[in-house]
Amino acid sequence: MEIKAKIHSVETCGTVDGPGIRYVIFFKGCPLRCVYCHNPDTWSGNNATEVSVSELFSELRKYKEFMRFSGGGITVTGGEPLVQSEFILELFKLCKKENIHTAIDTSGNVFNEKVKSVLEYTDLVLLDIKAFDDELFKSITGKNVRNTLDFAKWLNKKDIDTWIRFVFVPTVNDDFDDILKIAEYIKDFKNISRVEVLPFHKMGEYKWEELKLDYKLKKVLPPLEKDIEKVKNIFREKNMVVV
Amino acid sequence: MYDNFEKHWNGFNAGVWCDEVDVRDFIQKNYTPYEGDDSFLCQATDRTKKLWEKVMELMREETKKGVLDAETKVPAKIMAYKAGYIDKELEKIVGLQTDKPLKRAIMPFGGLRVVKKALESYGYTLDDATAEIFEKYRKTHNDGVFDAYNEEIKKARHSGIITGLPDAYGRGRIIGDYRRVALYGTDFLIDNKKRELESMSPLNFDFETILVREQMSEGIKALCELNKLGESYGFDLTRPAENTKEAVQWTYLAYLGAIKEQDGAAMSLGRTSTFFDIYIERDIERGILTECEAQEIIDDFVIKLRMVRFLRTPDYNDLFSGDPTWVTESIGGMGEDGRTLVTKNSFRILHTLNNLGPAPEPNMTVLWSVRLPEGFKDFCAKTSIETSSVQYENDDLMRRYWGDDYAIACCVSAMRIGKQMQFFGARANLAKALLYAINGGRDEKSGEQIAPMFEPVRAEYLEYDEVIKKFEQITGWLARIYMNSLNVIHFMHDKYNFESLQMALHDKEILRTQACGIAGLSVVADSLSAIKYAKVKAIRNDDGLVIDYEIEGDYPAFGNNDDRVDKIACDIVKGFMEKLKKQTSYRNSMTTMSILTITSNVVYGKKTGSTPDGRKAGEPFAPGANPMHGRDKKGAVASLKSVSKLPYEYSQDGISYTFSIIPQALGKTSEEKIKNLTGIIDGYFYDEGHHININVLERETLYDAMEHPEKYPQLTIRISGYAVNFIKLTREQQLDVINRTFHNVV
Repeated sequence: MEIKAKIHSVETCGTVDGPGIRYVIFFKGCPLRCVYCHNPDTWSGNNATEVSVSELFSELRKYKEFMRFSGGGITVTGGEPLVQSEFILELFKLCKKENIHTAIDTSGNVFNEKVKSVLEYTDLVLLDIKAFDDELFKSITGKNVRNTLDFAKWLNKKDIDTWIRFVFVPTVNDDFDDILKIAEYIKDFKNISRVEVLPFHKMGEYKWEELKLDYKLKKVLPPLEKDIEKVKNIFREKNMVVV
Repeated sequence: MYDNFEKHWNGFNAGVWCDEVDVRDFIQKNYTPYEGDDSFLCQATDRTKKLWEKVMELMREETKKGVLDAETKVPAKIMAYKAGYIDKELEKIVGLQTDKPLKRAIMPFGGLRVVKKALESYGYTLDDATAEIFEKYRKTHNDGVFDAYNEEIKKARHSGIITGLPDAYGRGRIIGDYRRVALYGTDFLIDNKKRELESMSPLNFDFETILVREQMSEGIKALCELNKLGESYGFDLTRPAENTKEAVQWTYLAYLGAIKEQDGAAMSLGRTSTFFDIYIERDIERGILTECEAQEIIDDFVIKLRMVRFLRTPDYNDLFSGDPTWVTESIGGMGEDGRTLVTKNSFRILHTLNNLGPAPEPNMTVLWSVRLPEGFKDFCAKTSIETSSVQYENDDLMRRYWGDDYAIACCVSAMRIGKQMQFFGARANLAKALLYAINGGRDEKSGEQIAPMFEPVRAEYLEYDEVIKKFEQITGWLARIYMNSLNVIHFMHDKYNFESLQMALHDKEILRTQACGIAGLSVVADSLSAIKYAKVKAIRNDDGLVIDYEIEGDYPAFGNNDDRVDKIACDIVKGFMEKLKKQTSYRNSMTTMSILTITSNVVYGKKTGSTPDGRKAGEPFAPGANPMHGRDKKGAVASLKSVSKLPYEYSQDGISYTFSIIPQALGKTSEEKIKNLTGIIDGYFYDEGHHININVLERETLYDAMEHPEKYPQLTIRISGYAVNFIKLTREQQLDVINRTFHNVV
């Protein structure tokens, strides 16, 4: 039987998760429970749409011309897409056959042999590093940081184009020393073509309420412009391209 | 001709255009394609800024008062008023519609009541003697139409199943080839027309011959009047323009003559920028013009175009809000020989949006081809992102139908310049037609029998085949009375309110189209999809009239690139077009159709009861061919995919789509935003989409502008084929814009 994936939704006009116009697939399920998650509705496998590889592929290839004109492609995100790496492997194989650019937006926390084989068919990884210190990482996500850091190293070893993402959340991961440690860790990785500092926003807050989940950041406001600049400069000082 | 070459045409390459009126040939033989970027452009000079500030001051005053000033006595004609200026010393290009800037003329030939009503609504009274002339001695277009309408048409018009008909205002959507006056001068054009008139002498004069002869004679008189208009501003229009400034001035005066004579719904300009570029290049070559001076002339020309005004009634404003005039200028495109028609002047005219700030007019329309030079594509996208004042139409698609010297009239209507005109026909409300199909021809709001009585749907749950059959029946009736009403309107318009100057700037043999239109396409497509794929229960009142619907289950909605419903939408378009084609059209015109609502989607919605797609009574339709708000679940590109499936072949008067996006949703850096936006347009047009309006705006800006309009005098937003000053929309329409067309997924 063909593998099926649990999907939350798709966005045909994705422009911020990789270059160009992207067909973005939101996968259901995530091992992390980040306190600032803006898609908590993708955590569980409930209320998912089930699709097969061939169904999804025949759907996304309808958008090839938009990808071609804009230099876009597809991005798998979620949730943590690599929870369903077996499915993604098959999907990416088909994409590469038709020269469709593939990107994974991931926390890097699911890191195993299957994931390594997915990376063989991956053009770009958007790797979200939430913190460097293990305790801090655990307090944010509920998991250890080890896999994420190893993942980053592996991407470097395999020379896979990577954008590092750092979601900057006041009161949660605004320890500049810890951010500096992330910068130190990745500074020599030549495969990293950009660092994105994403300021925390409140747009996902309503979803926590809808899901009747306890949102701990109700009182936290988006960061100040000067602090965002400060974070960006930490990476810039390590000669990295920051947007 | 040789005379001309020594003086005015010196330096131009000769061609067929020298002996016959053929502006396209002149352009092809003389223009310089430009493949570079925007780095050559000049900023506004202090003079330009000073002049524009004066106009802005008048416009602020106007916004406060509704109209700045209005004529109450003398009906408009080419030479009705003496020359007027903003500031004679400062102006490079001159000419106003009346004797004062922004003062509105009266045009009672279309209809007296409308003039009276419009004047009264702004606190003016029409002069008694003028009123008497049009009450007693001179019949108007509007009087003529109502003499010929039958009861059936009047009822359909009253119920709102056909709305917005140009039976009380000028039909517009005619583009005179104003460039001809600059290239040839009026002597050449008048001689030409006289020869054509003489040749129009068959043995037996039939109705059409007599009509054409009268109209040609009117045209010759209008060209003579145009000379006088030129004289009143100190110019000799009888000869060709000698330099850039004259070319722009001559062309503008020809256009000005047209808008002095007519207040048509859309008074579009044509395709002038590349034409002017030839004069600019020649003058720069001769060393008599600098880049900065060229930009100044274009800036000044655009200031004039921003000042076009007509006197409208409040209910006209409900339909077409924000005082639109549709001074549409078509820019760019590709030539049939594969060279781009983009010139430096294509950049200059768009650059006025930077130099003078955003504005709804002139209606900047880029004829987009996937093969346009990258530098121009990027400049367009950048201008869209900064001003939201540009619309795009598919040149690769339209060139196949209309060649490479067509222009857009109004919003989306392509026509070969000087070789084609249309009989504008507003639109039929297909959503209401669907409700009539279900209710046996009775109006769902009043219960009145509007269409001929037939068996209504009796079942509790609507059944697809039965509804389709009845929809076919009702649209057959609708196509018939709709065309009858248009035939009456255009017969009377020709008779009582003929566009003599505009038509004198056309060839003798022209293609006439009868441009019908539809509203509510996505409502009908979704309704039929709901009936087919979900269960729709009819809710009836005591009178047996279906007044509401309950939907059980889900259905595929238009806008998700789902063929199940997209095909229904295409079938509706084809089906109605085929029915229209069967009708007799005025002067054997070619019947066409548009899917365009402008802002009337709000008023149409108001007049239409609940529909089987779940839309409640009174709620707005989606604008143009847009999917219904909130039902497109897969993002903007899926929406574009659905719209691009609608067949242009069956909707040759245009298919309008409005796209609004927040800047962050286009990408992170400005280069990415530009690249993604050009990618969206390329992809959509590659798929044969026809038209797209692009707004790049923060939702919060729009909310703030609703509360503090004084802070946003130039905030411009594009809706269904035109652009408006956001603050001039009604509150309802403002909310509709914010709620219904936005894509803001990040």
